[in-house]
Amino acid sequence: MKNKYSVFSLIKNAFSYHENWEKAWKDATPKKEYDVVIVGGGGHGLATAYYLAKKHNMKNIAVVEKGWIGGGNTGRNTTIIRSNYLWDASAGLYDHALKIWEGLSQELNYNVMFSQRGVMNLAHNLQDVRDLKRRTHANRLNGIDAVYLNTDEVKKFCPIINTSPDIRYPVLGGTLQRRAGTARHDAVAWGYARGADEMGVDIIQNCEVKGIKRNGDSVEGIETTKGFIKTKKIGVVAAGHSSVIANMAGLRLPLESKPLQALVSEPVKPIIDTVVMSNAVHAYVSQSDKGELVIGAGTDDYVSYSQKGSHQIVEGTLNAILELYPIFSRMRMLRQWGGIVDICPDASPILSKTAIKGLYFNCGWGTGGFKATPGSGDLFAHTIANDEPHKLNAAFNLNRFVSGDLVDEHGAAAVAH
Amino acid sequence: MFIINCPYCGERDQQEFKAGGEAHIERPKQPTELSDDEWAEYLFMRKNIKGVQFERWNHAHGCRKWFNMVRDTSNDEIKLIYKMGEKPPVE
Repeated sequence: MKNKYSVFSLIKNAFSYHENWEKAWKDATPKKEYDVVIVGGGGHGLATAYYLAKKHNMKNIAVVEKGWIGGGNTGRNTTIIRSNYLWDASAGLYDHALKIWEGLSQELNYNVMFSQRGVMNLAHNLQDVRDLKRRTHANRLNGIDAVYLNTDEVKKFCPIINTSPDIRYPVLGGTLQRRAGTARHDAVAWGYARGADEMGVDIIQNCEVKGIKRNGDSVEGIETTKGFIKTKKIGVVAAGHSSVIANMAGLRLPLESKPLQALVSEPVKPIIDTVVMSNAVHAYVSQSDKGELVIGAGTDDYVSYSQKGSHQIVEGTLNAILELYPIFSRMRMLRQWGGIVDICPDASPILSKTAIKGLYFNCGWGTGGFKATPGSGDLFAHTIANDEPHKLNAAFNLNRFVSGDLVDEHGAAAVAH
Repeated sequence: MFIINCPYCGERDQQEFKAGGEAHIERPKQPTELSDDEWAEYLFMRKNIKGVQFERWNHAHGCRKWFNMVRDTSNDEIKLIYKMGEKPPVE
């Protein structure tokens, strides 16, 4: 049993100059065999292991990660959480996650710094206005909080936005989801790792998967840089590298991996206390607790695993940011980076069994997976444990690309894809 | 960002080009006879290789012609560019 984090443990450890804190998780070496192996130690993978142990009573679980946990897209995203998706299936999936977020710090005894500061989506033309109003109605029918704001209300909620009618893409209105917000991305990985480790999950870092051993139509284990690990169930949660793992098993996925960029500015005093997204001009911005502006840019249109992106993508985003927020014109950017995102043709994720028995994929989250981390882990754990999807992720199966029953969120949901 | 040597215009900045995805995916000759699985394979399934991949590109803000490219997706290095209709090189 791990020591509980509390004000008392903080005081107690202060006496030893904070040098004797118990390790949040141990660095495990792989055993010969596990009941389930999760490939990928990001937020989604660790959450999957956590819920497998917690809700499905599984004991013998490993998470293998080729780098260090949370060092991939979990540490590279812009930490936005919301559930205002258009279609019923997506609304169910993302709001399930949002509900878990609301109690996650307490559940994990780890402060994930979940802050429900609201997410506002802007409309810049008549079609945007219609789309966003439609989405607001759809959200409310699904029990998701959403309101439509006119230009004055947008200005009131976030006064630094330039709502002048003279700009290239004037602000005609917007939607607001007040329950949405941000969280500390690293803390999510660390909190789930600590929780999973406490229940006996082996977290194996610096362990890259090199092959998947099959026996006919079922899996037998994985070949890794730390040797062969026998297992009957493999849950792949490898984000941008999902296709690479799928290839090892002789599977093809409907994914393309592309660079997505983000950047942060120098830290400044609090200036924007919400998250503002704008799809038409592709710019979104929030402010971290350190004071940096966190800005998300778009994806490049070519496949790449290089974790770099094109300069013109960042340039385009900053053009839009400066038009919407003239106050930022003299801000300096501190850091810029790229992550590789796995994009599905319908911009919805895959949480599914495959044609190979014991092989499960949780992928295709594309540009917006962070928000779903707890829900994704919970539902994927259910799918692995029962060999059947939960009703909330049934629509997100791999077979939808054969049946044609796509969950097309690409243009429909005013999401930043 | 990289420089692309368009087979018709010469070296130009990448932002003049549009990536067209995986190359050499052949349109079904008998669409009416395809099963749902075969349609899924043709429409959606992609190799998405980490390493050397064959791609189509379009010089969208230039000559607007399509061509093929062999590119290493792990470091964005362009290996070879050849015109549409030409046989892909064997590795």
